[in-house]
Amino acid sequence: MAINWFKYSAPTTFYGLAGRLVPYFAWAAAILFMLGLYIGFFVAPTDAVQSEAYRIMFIHVPASILSMFIYLVMAGYAALGLIFKTRLSAMMAQALAPTGALFAFISLWTGALWGKPMWGAWWVWDARLTSELILLFLYLGFIALQASIEDSRRADKAGALLAIVGSVNVPIIYFSVKWWNTLHQGSTIKFSGTSMHIAMQQAMLAMLIACWMYAIAMTLARVRSIILEREANTTWVNELTEMKVQS
Amino acid sequence: MNRLSLFGLLGLVIRRDLLLAMRRRADVLTTLVFFVMVASLFPLGVGPEPEMLRKMASGVVWVAALLASMLSLPRMFSADYLDGTLEQMLLAPQSLTALVLGKIVAHWMLSGLPLVLIAPVLGLQFDMSAQALGMLVLALLLGTPILSMIGAVGAALTLGLRGGGVLVSLLVLPLCIPVLIFGAGAVEAVTSGMSAVSNLSLLGAFMLFALVFTPFVAAQALRISME
Repeated sequence: MAINWFKYSAPTTFYGLAGRLVPYFAWAAAILFMLGLYIGFFVAPTDAVQSEAYRIMFIHVPASILSMFIYLVMAGYAALGLIFKTRLSAMMAQALAPTGALFAFISLWTGALWGKPMWGAWWVWDARLTSELILLFLYLGFIALQASIEDSRRADKAGALLAIVGSVNVPIIYFSVKWWNTLHQGSTIKFSGTSMHIAMQQAMLAMLIACWMYAIAMTLARVRSIILEREANTTWVNELTEMKVQS
Repeated sequence: MNRLSLFGLLGLVIRRDLLLAMRRRADVLTTLVFFVMVASLFPLGVGPEPEMLRKMASGVVWVAALLASMLSLPRMFSADYLDGTLEQMLLAPQSLTALVLGKIVAHWMLSGLPLVLIAPVLGLQFDMSAQALGMLVLALLLGTPILSMIGAVGAALTLGLRGGGVLVSLLVLPLCIPVLIFGAGAVEAVTSGMSAVSNLSLLGAFMLFALVFTPFVAAQALRISME
């Protein structure tokens, strides 16, 4: 049996698939957010050193992980679009950027909220904080570059190049706590196991997967709008039922 | 037709860009005057205490150098783009990467090298020691080529765009932050009596890394912009 692996790489078919998938991911995100917040706020015990303030990590850590991961995924899609000239890859890169920027912002913001009671300062020029801030600027630069180029094909290629160049920053953020021994604490979860309480682990895992589901749902929803916008003049878009209802 | 060697090509491009700049000296001087002015504004803003000025001198000079090099970036390709020379360069049988490298070298000689040469004078204004001054020149000598190289990518990406000047800063400045950190760090290390070798090694590594990749990336960006 021959499977057409590239069936969903065409915007036409992917538009429908994305539309069917969005509600599942959105509901999964909502349920897991509630579960994670419940365990995080009511079940997980108070930390011995950091008392109640540590609970902010349940959103801080997943947001930080996703901000880095989304950048790599975005750069990956951008590279695919540049190499294979697949239109959908470039659209996915464009759809991922705002969500990534949002997570980078949440990561910095919650970090500041956590830093005030722990370090006594809203902001410290620590290696990890600085490199995360650069990541936010890179996202904003990518979005601004794409927005300022009229021709969408040129915008895709230029953005892709920028995304690939910027990806050198991600390993710097990831290893920053090891390379520079500054204020930000090292990772608690290692391959050799963790010292965290079981309820904390569960809350963290639920929140992480919830953020993941949220990012996927948002990206799919956004890529649908991008597809509609770019293919507005094609017949298949005009034949969609949702377009007929509006007119 | 005689064939051009790689170095022959590089020499031609550099000589041409330098000659063009010599015919329009104002552009080069603007960058330099801007550099001196930004650095001179700091003592007026934060107060003239020598103790504090000595402490922030390296950072001020580096930030001023970073801003000055941003100022000259949009001009890197735009004149050639407007009069059609760039199109001919893209069509030329020689490697575009080498051509871009030539333009980067020329840009550095026009905007980076003057900054390096005038930096000791600024350093003296800030009451820096002779040792720190030497390190400042060395660090700038290693760092400013990186600024030109990363800047070339940004300039090529934003070629011909409305508001390209602001956009190029948004794209390039985040990538230049490591250069700033280690460049200023090298001077900081010397003034506090430590070895600056690690900072200089990292700057050197950045420069080699950028030298390998950025001309190629900038060439690709030019192709995208010229489609």
